[in-house]
Amino acid sequence: MSRLQVVSGKGGTGKTTVAAALALALATEGKRTLLVEVEGRQGIAQLFETEALPYEERKIAVASGGGEVHALAIDAERALLDYLQMFYKLGSAGRALKKIGAIDFATTIAPGVRDVLLTGKACEAVRRRDKQGRFVYDYVVMDAPPTGRITRFLNVNDEVAGLARIGPIHNQAQAVMRVLKSPETAVHLVTLLEEMPVQETADGIAELKAAGLRIGNVIVNMVRPHLLDEAAVRAAAGDRRKEVAKALASTGVAAPTKLVGPLLDQAAEHAQRVELEREQRAVLTKLGLPTYELPLIGEGMDLAGLYRLAGDLRQLGEAFA
Amino acid sequence: MTLDAAVAPLDVDPLLDDPETRIIVCCGSGGVGKTTTAAALGLRAAERGRKVVVLTIDPARRLAQSMGIDSLDNTPRQVKGVEGSGELHAMMLDMKRTFDEIVEAHADADRARAILENPFYQSLSAGFAGTQEYMAMEKLGQLRARDGWDLIVVDTPPSRSALDFLDAPKRLGSFLDGKFIRVLMAPAKVGGRAGMKFLNVGMSMMTGTLGKLLGGQFLRDVQTFVAAMDTMFGGFRTRADATYRLLQAPGTAFLVVAAPERDALREAAYFVERLAAEEMPLAGLVLNRVHGSGAARLSAERARAAAENLEEGRIVDQQGGKAVDRGADAPDSSSPAAFEAHEAPQAPASAGATASSEPSQPSESSESTDPPEPSDPSATRSTRAPASMPAPTSAASATTVEQLTAGLLRLHAERMQVVAREERTRDRFTALHPEVPVAEVGALPGDVHDLAGLRAIGDRLAAGRAAT
Ligand SMILES: Nc1ncnc2c1ncn2[C@@H]1O[C@H](COP(=O)(O)OP(=O)(O)OP(=O)(O)O)[C@@H](O)[C@H]1O
Ligand SMILES: Nc1ncnc2c1ncn2[C@@H]1O[C@H](COP(=O)(O)OP(=O)(O)O)[C@@H](O)[C@H]1O
Ligand SMILES: [Mg+2]
Ligand SMILES: [Mg+2]
Repeated sequence: MSRLQVVSGKGGTGKTTVAAALALALATEGKRTLLVEVEGRQGIAQLFETEALPYEERKIAVASGGGEVHALAIDAERALLDYLQMFYKLGSAGRALKKIGAIDFATTIAPGVRDVLLTGKACEAVRRRDKQGRFVYDYVVMDAPPTGRITRFLNVNDEVAGLARIGPIHNQAQAVMRVLKSPETAVHLVTLLEEMPVQETADGIAELKAAGLRIGNVIVNMVRPHLLDEAAVRAAAGDRRKEVAKALASTGVAAPTKLVGPLLDQAAEHAQRVELEREQRAVLTKLGLPTYELPLIGEGMDLAGLYRLAGDLRQLGEAFA
Repeated sequence: MTLDAAVAPLDVDPLLDDPETRIIVCCGSGGVGKTTTAAALGLRAAERGRKVVVLTIDPARRLAQSMGIDSLDNTPRQVKGVEGSGELHAMMLDMKRTFDEIVEAHADADRARAILENPFYQSLSAGFAGTQEYMAMEKLGQLRARDGWDLIVVDTPPSRSALDFLDAPKRLGSFLDGKFIRVLMAPAKVGGRAGMKFLNVGMSMMTGTLGKLLGGQFLRDVQTFVAAMDTMFGGFRTRADATYRLLQAPGTAFLVVAAPERDALREAAYFVERLAAEEMPLAGLVLNRVHGSGAARLSAERARAAAENLEEGRIVDQQGGKAVDRGADAPDSSSPAAFEAHEAPQAPASAGATASSEPSQPSESSESTDPPEPSDPSATRSTRAPASMPAPTSAASATTVEQLTAGLLRLHAERMQVVAREERTRDRFTALHPEVPVAEVGALPGDVHDLAGLRAIGDRLAAGRAAT
């Protein structure tokens, strides 16, 4: 199983949630995982109900069997200043660079430089070893940018090595690419069973493949239970209304005959949605990738829900790339 | 879901009809329905007689196809199939093309070519996070300058945060004609100014460092780019400022779109506060994809209890009746899981299984509120023996009425849970911002991908209340 697990997907499909659940799931039996975020949104802190994460690795959760999840919010500006410090001993000159807008330029405007810094930090954590020579983290899970930007983000080689053809940033980009394009890395795509996310998943996979990046799994998130099939709904809406009213009456609910109409309307909507979901599943099947489904947590997401998703992922188990 | 009396409803039609309304901006975080709302508002305004252009950004493919704007030529096209006297034009933003067009419009042919071929320009125009926002503003300015429409409806890019739409243009704008660029270009000029001496000192070290870091070629590309763009810089800032003022003008109305979810509403709240700070006119909040129920008086708990009741009745019957049939049926038909995730009906029609469910409930569970009608025993018996009467489909007859009804009840319980969660989330927002008018748009069961779907959204927007 790859040691760098990158989680992407359309905006709002559950990248942050799935990445966190995956980090928890992988941190079983004394394993240690690092969950990193790269978009400066403090999504991890919100999810784990802790204060904002500093630019520093810290333990945020324990998993079953004594495993640990650590978290890091990578900040491109800080990463660049550290980097400059390390290689050029810039000291206070760093501040001057910042004042003039050079740091801002390098981390927000210069295309790709920001990405090299962010992916570079994640790759460093993947390769880092302790004094005994063991990996410090068994897995690094990245809450990555959305599908629309993921290929550019990971394909720093083309982006930066093309622009910065020599120099340390160029070398850094090369080193990062060696990790990202190796079996050490798998990119997972989170989707919903809706037209746009599924379409974006298909497009994203094509782009990632073209760039030579390895795709892990498709994770279908927020799957709602399928409670009634279409045939049953059709029958109910047809000539079984009276029977349904009677069955309702037998349970003791008030004014059952008035409930039948609205309940059947809801069932018809449900059936329509199930049909749409079936179409989208068929599209996903054609992608030919291992696909996993995670349920919708009906009560809304909280820590308990997150641990539940982690449990589900753990059960999906070994097969997970 | 109904709104509390305290929260003002958002009246969309007066806004669309008012000739003073010239620009409507739909903003909000990604995936909440900004594009859908923008297109639906545009269509509705057109069908109410106005000449409208909708600037969409990243529309769903099928929606773009149905509006005839999937060709990406970066100019508005008239949408066919619009009813009434107005007109709807629509376009899909192509950010690179928009950027290229600005360059072509403001530089002579040779210089334009030099810029367009510059590697730094190419990656800036294709992918810098913020270019899309900037170009959306540029395009809005262009559309407004043409003055060919009564109303412009603008969608905003699928930013990671709703605020990017306001901030990114400034960021890119201040880079494009900012201090840093000047410094890169002509360090002497900058250093010559009083009080900026220290920049001059840091300057050579800085270009040196950046040069080392990024590689000299990269900096040279940037410098060539900047040199070629030089005369255009003032223009960027001027236009960005003009568009910004346009957004503050009285003819502009912002609609913040959000899904009734915690994160989306948190973003919406930030945005509402930010618009107020920027003195930009907020028309209201569109709460999209809201769920309701026509049977809201039946609570989730009662529905679930009733479903269990029906399912339990069934096992009791089966155990007392024909045990053999139970083996042929789904073995776990007593648990809710039996109703989940089965594409196919659970068992072939079996007269024994269906008949055995006939004496449906222990009588103590029926409460006195029932109307008399369902107690007619002959009706019960005849409809519960599908084997003896023509069933609508063979598949349907395999599901007993208890299973079916329990399924309906569980579906309802799930729906009520969603309704309750959405209400809690919405109330948190309205408690924070009671001054913001709200329109709720019900979730359609499927995607919105044609004019009929947009019309349905428009109707719901105008009604302001989630349909049940
Ligand atoms: N399985 C689930 N069940 C219920 N709610 C979920 C589930 N997965 C995610 N959510 C909720 O959906 C919303 C979006 O999730 P999340 O923030 O993880 O998405 P994201 O892809 O990281 O979004 P963004 O693109 O904005 O970063 C959150 O409110 C989250 O709690
Ligand atoms: N009220 C609604 N009911 C059902 N589906 C909707 C509704 N509003 C939006 N959608 C669907 O949600 C998806 C995302 O909508 P879109 O308008 O593209 O979002 P955004 O522009 O905010 O990213 C589309 O597939 C659209 O058809
Ligand atoms: Mg996220
Ligand atoms: Mg959109």
